[in-house]
Amino acid sequence: MSASWVYFAIYETISPFPLERFVNKKNIKAAKVVLDMAQRGIREYDAKRLLAGFLPQYLKEFSYKGDLALVGPETDLEELASVHPWLKTSKLVVKPDQLFGKRGKYGLVLLDADWDSAKKYLQENMGALVTVGNITGRLSHFLIEPFIPHEEELYVAISSESDGDNIFFSMKGGVFVEENWDSVIRFHVDLLDGIEGIDIKSRLPEGLGEKRVAVENFIKALWRFYADSGFCYLEINPFTFRNGSIVPLDMVAKLDDAEEYWQRKRWLGLSFPEPFGRTLSKEELFIKELDSKTGASLKLTILNPEGRVWTMVAGGGASVIYADTICDLGHAREMANYGEYSGDPNTEETYYYTKTILDLMTRHKDPRGKMLLIGGAIANFTDVAKTFKGVVMALEEYQPKLQEAGVKIYVRRGGPNYEQGLKLMRNLGKKLGVPIEVYGPETHMTRIVPLALGGALQ
Amino acid sequence: MSETSKKSYVLFDRNTKAFVYGYQTNAIQRMLDFDFICNRPEPSISAIINPSRAGIHKAFWGTKEILLPMYKSIPLAAKAYPEGDVMVNFASHRSAFDTTMEALAEDSIRIVAVIAEGVPERQSRIMSLTARKQGKMVIGPATVGGMTAGAFRIGNTAGTIENIIASKLYRPGCVGFVSKSGGMLNEAFNIISRNSDGIYEGVAIGGDRYPGSTMLDHILRYEENPAIKMIACLGELGGEDEYRIITALKDGRIKKPLVAWVTGTCSPVLPASVQFGHAGAKADTQKETAQAKNDAFREAGAFVPQSFDGYGDTVRRVYDMLLSQGKVAPLVEPEVPKIPADYSKALASGDIRKPTTFICTISDDSGEEVLYAGKRLSSVLEEKMGIGGVIGLLWFKKELPEYAVGFIELVLQIVADHGPAVSGAHNAIVASCAGKDLISSLCSGLLTIGPRFGGAIDDAAREFKHARETNMTPEQFVKEMKRKGINIPGIGHKIKSVKNPDKRVQLLISYAKSNFPSTELLDYALQVEELTTAKKGNLILNVDGCIGILFLDLMKSCGVFSQAEIDEVVRLGYLNGLFALGRSIGLIGHILDQKRLGSRLYRHPADDIAYMMPSKDEIRCKRAA
Repeated sequence: MSASWVYFAIYETISPFPLERFVNKKNIKAAKVVLDMAQRGIREYDAKRLLAGFLPQYLKEFSYKGDLALVGPETDLEELASVHPWLKTSKLVVKPDQLFGKRGKYGLVLLDADWDSAKKYLQENMGALVTVGNITGRLSHFLIEPFIPHEEELYVAISSESDGDNIFFSMKGGVFVEENWDSVIRFHVDLLDGIEGIDIKSRLPEGLGEKRVAVENFIKALWRFYADSGFCYLEINPFTFRNGSIVPLDMVAKLDDAEEYWQRKRWLGLSFPEPFGRTLSKEELFIKELDSKTGASLKLTILNPEGRVWTMVAGGGASVIYADTICDLGHAREMANYGEYSGDPNTEETYYYTKTILDLMTRHKDPRGKMLLIGGAIANFTDVAKTFKGVVMALEEYQPKLQEAGVKIYVRRGGPNYEQGLKLMRNLGKKLGVPIEVYGPETHMTRIVPLALGGALQ
Repeated sequence: MSETSKKSYVLFDRNTKAFVYGYQTNAIQRMLDFDFICNRPEPSISAIINPSRAGIHKAFWGTKEILLPMYKSIPLAAKAYPEGDVMVNFASHRSAFDTTMEALAEDSIRIVAVIAEGVPERQSRIMSLTARKQGKMVIGPATVGGMTAGAFRIGNTAGTIENIIASKLYRPGCVGFVSKSGGMLNEAFNIISRNSDGIYEGVAIGGDRYPGSTMLDHILRYEENPAIKMIACLGELGGEDEYRIITALKDGRIKKPLVAWVTGTCSPVLPASVQFGHAGAKADTQKETAQAKNDAFREAGAFVPQSFDGYGDTVRRVYDMLLSQGKVAPLVEPEVPKIPADYSKALASGDIRKPTTFICTISDDSGEEVLYAGKRLSSVLEEKMGIGGVIGLLWFKKELPEYAVGFIELVLQIVADHGPAVSGAHNAIVASCAGKDLISSLCSGLLTIGPRFGGAIDDAAREFKHARETNMTPEQFVKEMKRKGINIPGIGHKIKSVKNPDKRVQLLISYAKSNFPSTELLDYALQVEELTTAKKGNLILNVDGCIGILFLDLMKSCGVFSQAEIDEVVRLGYLNGLFALGRSIGLIGHILDQKRLGSRLYRHPADDIAYMMPSKDEIRCKRAA
């Protein structure tokens, strides 16, 4: 087994987009929902809630109650304690719940605490700036659970790959499982055959003794729960036995958000948080907001606001390739943004998208001037002339600023009605007195990158 | 399988027959247009599967129209067309899994292309594994599909016909292409057609993490296919698929020259959490980065450009190499049939024009809101124009003064009904009792309206207008009509008389007298009535006559109509419309009344009919004559 799945365990998430659509999905068309589909990390709080809520359907003897309290920046702690009376009576564990791992290693876990010291810990750490790996961000969410004294630390994880799921088990769970990788047993579950016929018990370590039956039943139930609840990664490290029943201590999970339609009951109240340390700028938030209100796709990430090369590329595939080419030609430092627009945005949407980029790129002056690449592949059915309308509106509006900032524009696009679209751009250049070079499908898609960067950035 | 001789590396050929799941009329037409410009002998679509309707679908085959059968279920379609071995599945992400599994359960279907985006990973994996187990293939999900040049296209692959012609996809070249991204397929076709003899086959496996078939699956097919001389692929960061290709390169399973590029080389400079366009595009390990993959491709002997910018040049270099080695022969270009432009598209682009057959000057439903004589329906309602006002707009194209509107509404109310015994109501009742529906019964009643029943309004207006305009005295008019042997239209009633006046006429006259600026023609008609009633008590001005004459007074005095317009109203016979419209209210009432009462079939009593047969002699006589 490669190290790749271990990497999964080192928490990382995929998408910067929170799951607004669970809250307000009426406004969002189906076409949009599917565009952002991916594997997405969930809070340990939600993962354990799902486990406590639904694993008993597969494992009657699973008695974990799921005493869990999530503290966010707005949480009223006294009110929380009245909803969860155990907070005042039990010994507690408090830890950040923001999709990053190795919390113990960073000294962020409070163990065996009473309510007063938990509160004190929360007051001290809420909003604190911490650095995890190479990402710095603010702590905003904490999970509080009863403290479970334990010695035994077991490990179980399930991951997916194309031909089936893999279950990993080890008796040497906890923070050192990666170092003890030899102790990990792997069970492969063929998706078409299921787990029924797999002999787990006889492959479990002797050391488990009488618990082998319980562990086998737990693993089988856990896989069914995993398969039925929309998971694509799940790790309980460690779990332990308390009075003969299994208790999860630390848990990580990712869901396939494409399952939303099938999981709407199980996933009720669940949220997909922003990755740790990612705060959006005002402009990124604006585009995100715009994106959430339409069936089209509008994405913007600012990489370097003082960069001289700005891109406005139609289509997800093409946008990556333009960014690639800028980097491959050695100008990564000058790349100001990454983004794309696709899915037939209307004139208003392309206008605002363009305007946002023009505003950003004309803010900082650079004596060497700036470049805007309006690129794209050959569209299937999108009317190129029509989509350029909003772009043209914004460019007209920003004419003085574009001139002032010495912006040169390079256009490349193909597809239905492209001749007219390109003509529109050519004429605009003459009208605005802003240099606009325009190319169609006869020119290689990314050729405008060396054309723009060739002379100017040397 | 349609032919046992079909090689396993062939997905599609010029005889491939497919089902289209989902009523995607544009995609269907695009597939047929492609077939047509490829000079295929027959269309590539066997049948459409549309869960909500069975029947037929009409589509173009060049300039001609053809019918495609439409079935409600996959098994029905598969049974009817066992030669159909491909299903292009346009089902939504919610039903893509069920329909694909259903198709895979049919022995005859061996390839399913799943277009939907957002199919859950578990479902994708199950579809893929099921197909593999059966030796079948799933293309997608989340893809536009793919195509074999000159043979078959999946749905919307390669976009417009113009693009297909520009990239010469109507005939095979020698390059097999595969990518993850469907959005880049057109661009790749363009690049390859400009730098080689073009595409033989191109497939986009879809951007999801677990595509039904992998890039390697297709590359190995291309390797086996002797018509393909070189292979090109466009990978993405994330996943292990490219390493499977690299392994196949290293262990000699791929011998043909392979041009490769993996996109996503910019990822190191992006924040870790930026999600690229595709769900599968996320480098989880160093090994899965685009740089690592491109390096590995290079090392394994693939032709890898320095950046995507050099992709086309690399394709050209490899193609030129094959040419110089004599491995590919220069191609003879076939003639390409022309696809006629779609009418709506050509019209929108201003390329064609067509004289219209109809003109309409009273209403317009082509905009956001229906217009009555140019006036928005909402304004009609806001201004409370009423039925009379609407008649003014739709019949006369005029905004009438309030008292004219009131007059029209008064007329409609007055003529709305006149009991069950009159011809119209009687007929309507008889038809209703015979079990006919509302509209048939109404028509039966309306058909009685004519010169003897309710239809004298126009005639009365015409005759009185003519008399007045030719300056006849009432006496001259009566005398003239008598000389011609015509009863004066609008004069006379079956039961009403001087002694038993028609209340309706009195109401009309009193309204006109108190509202109209002038009742000149009425006054003239009343003088005529004086003469006729002197002869016979029931020769009174009847309701038809009164309406017709007063309408002329109205038009003349209200200042909205020109003389020419008034003449036209009389000439074209507008005014009987008032009676037909008003009386429809009563007729409908009578019809509904009978239906409510559950009336039985009406049969006229025999004792009310005088049976008088002609004698035998009479008949004989006639025959002889």
